[in-house]
Amino acid sequence: MNQARSLPDAPVLLEIYRRATLIKQNDDRFRAVIQSGKLVMPYYSPRGQEIIPAATSVHLSDDDYICTIYRGVHDMLAKGVTPRALWAELAGRVTGSCKGKGGPMHITDPARGVMVTTGIVGSSMPIANGLALAAQLRGEKRVTIAYFGDGASNIGAFHEALNLASLWKLPVVFICQNNRFAEHTRYESGTSIGRIADRAAAYSMPGEHVDGNDPDAMWSAAGQAIARARAGDGPTLIEAMTFRFHGHIFGDADGYMSKEEKASAIARDPVVLLRRRLIERGMATDAALAELERGIELEIDAALQFALDSPYPDLAELRRDVYATEIQP
Amino acid sequence: MTTGTAATSTLLSAVNQALDDALAANPDVVVFGEDVADSEEGGVLGATKGLSSRHGSHRVRSTPISEQAIIGAAIGASLVGIRPVAEIMLMNFTTVAMDMIVNHAAKLRFMSGGKTHVPITIRMMTGAGLGTGGQHADFLEAWFVHTAGLKVVIPSNPSDAYGLLLSCIDDEDPCLFIENMPLYWTPGPAPVRGQRIPIGKARIARPGKDVTLISYSRQVFDALAVADKLSKEGIEAEVIDLRTISPLDDATLLESVARTRRAVVIHEATRQCGVGAEIASRIHENLHRELRAPVQRLGSAFCPVPFSKPLETAFVPGAQQIEAAVRRTLS
Repeated sequence: MNQARSLPDAPVLLEIYRRATLIKQNDDRFRAVIQSGKLVMPYYSPRGQEIIPAATSVHLSDDDYICTIYRGVHDMLAKGVTPRALWAELAGRVTGSCKGKGGPMHITDPARGVMVTTGIVGSSMPIANGLALAAQLRGEKRVTIAYFGDGASNIGAFHEALNLASLWKLPVVFICQNNRFAEHTRYESGTSIGRIADRAAAYSMPGEHVDGNDPDAMWSAAGQAIARARAGDGPTLIEAMTFRFHGHIFGDADGYMSKEEKASAIARDPVVLLRRRLIERGMATDAALAELERGIELEIDAALQFALDSPYPDLAELRRDVYATEIQP
Repeated sequence: MTTGTAATSTLLSAVNQALDDALAANPDVVVFGEDVADSEEGGVLGATKGLSSRHGSHRVRSTPISEQAIIGAAIGASLVGIRPVAEIMLMNFTTVAMDMIVNHAAKLRFMSGGKTHVPITIRMMTGAGLGTGGQHADFLEAWFVHTAGLKVVIPSNPSDAYGLLLSCIDDEDPCLFIENMPLYWTPGPAPVRGQRIPIGKARIARPGKDVTLISYSRQVFDALAVADKLSKEGIEAEVIDLRTISPLDDATLLESVARTRRAVVIHEATRQCGVGAEIASRIHENLHRELRAPVQRLGSAFCPVPFSKPLETAFVPGAQQIEAAVRRTLS
């Protein structure tokens, strides 16, 4: 197996584009709806980071698990969470993925392998190990992906989790989406090493530094790590370089980054670049892609309407799902 | 193996027996934590001795000293049906895994709208009396009782420890199982193999009619000793061993105090915002007009667990304080 030198073929690259476009258009709509005041919530936009989960998840099936974080809508959509379940959850409706009880930071959809979404920096990794341990104990071929940001590599849980995963040779892939900012703190101000991938050496596992916005490189790195985990050869740390277009929390002033830096990242929008690449390689026509994009727009229209038409959860939900048995009033 | 009323055991061997039986009965049960495998002597005090040899080192695993990784792995595995029993050696070490316990184990069922749940058991030991000082002997149970989504179990004797540990492992919710270190070698009633004790059910350790002494873990023995002493004066104290402190067995507590109309709550944790405060409040809310005296609360001194022997002894509420508290309710 040497995917490092191979490139995704046309159907795979088109599928990566479909998932990335779903994430992009979904995010564009989320922000518009939040801006309109129709829905109110803290929103951590993943815009700009679409390619990482899109190119990773084409290697996965519903049987594989992911654990992701508060900036994780892209990871969830790429793994197959439907826009309906997502929008209804964002709107706090009972038809949402978590009956409206979790919200955007806690989307869970086990049927698609989306097992945990955490609002705590660094906490996706120790739990991902447990999912991988279950697969290992049962002799299953499932792989678990832990997504997290660059800031999370400075928290203790990262180091504990990588050490244990390496010791136990767990079938897990740690994918750090390095968007160069930990909340408002620039990478260099908070991280003592030039490349997070180099931290893998401390835990005797391969560390890959890739351009996460390049679908060929990301697809190849993720494919290798996933194949390695599936074969029982243990974990990999991937540091996927990227950039977030809309700050830490949607609406923040971005005063901690330069306007030029942001403008230049947006000028290299990875979804737009992938679209161009598909046409240049003769893998798709502009008309075909436009049609795909229209279809996604309609799906989002329907999801938004479904969410707004759905009821809020019954107040009795305050007593349900706290324990297995409903709490008596 | 012998059963019957005469048979005795210890808390330490009862825990070992429960884990052994659970591992034998259910292939999804796994045990992990620091030093738990036989290559590391089956735990610092031997609570898990023999288990890895009998059930395999893939199911009974020693871990690095990484409490977040231990609880995280237990949570993740439990989400897909594994039944992990994770050991966090000393209760004070839960402080470095609080994110995993409080933000994740306790909440994933609710935050996922019931799509996932976390059937894990977290074992830990604690208790003053062994000269371990300020960071190895705290009773921190009130923090966890305060957290929705967790169950908290705290047995005082071998039979209860065995039956409750099996119930925790069976349970669909995350359970904290708190073992009292100074009680580990105290002889007590032997477990009946396979017999579960339900979570959330208190035990009347001694029936009485004049006052109810409510306690758990080591202080149950002090309460029983005081009850025996007072009995010689014709004062009959009822002693309740809570066994589970979340959920609390309100029915047993309130039924008893409705009869005796006096109550003293004793625990080793400090009084301030302790479990005793919650119990006293529930009794007052429900039985205010029936009470003959305000509920008395006893807990350890409001300071870190001290090292020096006289300080350590005086730190924990003892028989003298319990007796004095009972007399306050009678005066």
